Amino acid sequence: MALSAAARKRWVTAALLAPAGLWLFFFLALPFLAILVFSLGERAPAGGYQPALTLANYLNLPARGAAFLNTALLAPVGAALCLAIAYPAAWFLALRVDPRHRLLLVALMIVPFWTSMLVRTYAWMYLLGARGIPQLLEMIGIENIRLINTPGAVLLGIVYGYLPLMVMPIYVSLEKLDRRLLEASSDLGARPMSTFLTVTLPLSMPGVMTGVALVSILLLGEYLIPQMLGGGKVYFIGNALVDLFLQSRNWPFGSAIAVTLVLGVVGVLLITMRIAWKVSGTRQMDLV
Amino acid sequence: MAPEAISDLEFRHLTKRYGEVEAVSGIDLSVPKGAFLAILGPSGCGKTTCLRMIGGFEQPTEGEVRIAGQVVNGIPAYQRPVNMVFQHYALFPHMNVAENVGYGLRQMRPRLPSTEIDRRVGEALEMVRLGSFAKRRTHEMSGGQQQRVALARAIVNRPKILLLDEPLAALDKKLRGDMQLELLQLQRELGITFVLVTHDQEEALSMADLVCVMSAGRISQLGTPQEVYDHPTDLFVADFVGKTNRIPVTVDGGVLRLADGRALPGASALHGSAIAALRPEAIRIARAGDGLPGTVTHRIFLGSFAEYAVAVPGIGDILVTTDRRGATEADLIAPGEAVCLTYDPAAVLVFPQ
Repeated sequence: MALSAAARKRWVTAALLAPAGLWLFFFLALPFLAILVFSLGERAPAGGYQPALTLANYLNLPARGAAFLNTALLAPVGAALCLAIAYPAAWFLALRVDPRHRLLLVALMIVPFWTSMLVRTYAWMYLLGARGIPQLLEMIGIENIRLINTPGAVLLGIVYGYLPLMVMPIYVSLEKLDRRLLEASSDLGARPMSTFLTVTLPLSMPGVMTGVALVSILLLGEYLIPQMLGGGKVYFIGNALVDLFLQSRNWPFGSAIAVTLVLGVVGVLLITMRIAWKVSGTRQMDLV
Repeated sequence: MAPEAISDLEFRHLTKRYGEVEAVSGIDLSVPKGAFLAILGPSGCGKTTCLRMIGGFEQPTEGEVRIAGQVVNGIPAYQRPVNMVFQHYALFPHMNVAENVGYGLRQMRPRLPSTEIDRRVGEALEMVRLGSFAKRRTHEMSGGQQQRVALARAIVNRPKILLLDEPLAALDKKLRGDMQLELLQLQRELGITFVLVTHDQEEALSMADLVCVMSAGRISQLGTPQEVYDHPTDLFVADFVGKTNRIPVTVDGGVLRLADGRALPGASALHGSAIAALRPEAIRIARAGDGLPGTVTHRIFLGSFAEYAVAVPGIGDILVTTDRRGATEADLIAPGEAVCLTYDPAAVLVFPQ
């Protein structure tokens, strides 16, 4: 059967999109639908899910208020700290470093990623634990310093773990910044600070927003760092989810929290994109 | 230095080295106020480095750059009274046309009132005939329009010197011609010094009133376009500015001799091996007569004139251009025809080899 050119084009497009589409359907849309249905149900007597149609789980959200509060506080603060450290680093790497050394320095930035996050967090657990830095401090007379299982320890872990994820997109957006624009700005009488604020920063905004979105979204679901460095005292939504699904087997309540979390992530994405559009003046969200 | 001799731009033994490489080698140059200077040369001759040292993007290794009599070495670009039109315009992509043009005015301290900024931006846009484009985004504009935005953005600050880095290189031929005229007109209206850097000799000759030909970091010749074209100081300038036939000769007692011993019309005070340079348009081509006999090998018809390649025994290929004026179709000579070349002996320039 001869297909018209337009029909064939449609088939090819469909065939090319099929793998990604099926993937998204089976591993995103379908599970999300299941979670949504679960979240309106009830906990079965022996744990798990039994069908029902109630908003009780959502009304019960305040019971895990501490998890939401910790996440809502520490995730943005962590992302902001990452940004505050990452931007100068990325700026330095992209605009100030001798190009001959640039690759090496960028590689050094990424190298920690080759070690498992678990191992690196474990290392911090030891460093911050009683026999780590506090013991050293004791030797010089500073006693009773508690580092592990504090919000500070969790923040430290977050910044340490996610810094490269923030540096890379900002670095890329600064690296592809046309240097002649900086020269043009200087030529037109702008002092270096003014050039930074009016040219460099707005044009690197897509990178900043990608970094912020990436880190914030991952932080909203963070489980490992609060678990290991927060010691159950500073726990995130991720920890609450693990607890509800695996320990207390209250699937519907866990699902309600998960749905709320997903909505939160979408909200964060929308807000960062809005800001990026506004600042960079374009309607494109480059993933760099 | 006498006050009346104050020039807008001056190089004093200006040198720029990048490590071992010397990009600009001790050049001296003085450009009178209101001149249109073209720095002309092949890529790598140091012309762009010179421009960047005027703009303040590079600092001299040795020597001085003076703007309006003041040494500006060490003064950063943002404090210099010059503005530049960048090669690929370097317009700010996150700003519209008016914001781009007003950028320099917004940097001024003390701050200018916004009404003043708007008025001057409007004037500058009118000057480059983009009055109705103020709110446009720059990437929605054609190359020629972007060029004008870049121009307006530079002149709106009323610089003492306007720097132009190959400003027309990215435009098509027709547009380039229009822009050349516009630039000339603009320069006359503003009365400020223009410094243009180009590798296109036509551009340099047609716009500038002072041409500085550079080669390997040095000035080969500085003069009016006509001086540079008619009286090149060396073979490089003769070759680079316009086309030239190079004929190897031996000078013997003032007489030019070809390799086979024949005398070539022309004269020189040099002695020994030399190169005789002859412009293609200085040669007359005829089907018969006295002169150098040869055979046409190629003809390139270019509408208003024609170019011939003529094989002359004992010399090689000689390029001849003929004016179309008064010539009919029958006057066009076909490849393969035997011809005779004549020229005014005074048109021959002889350079040491």
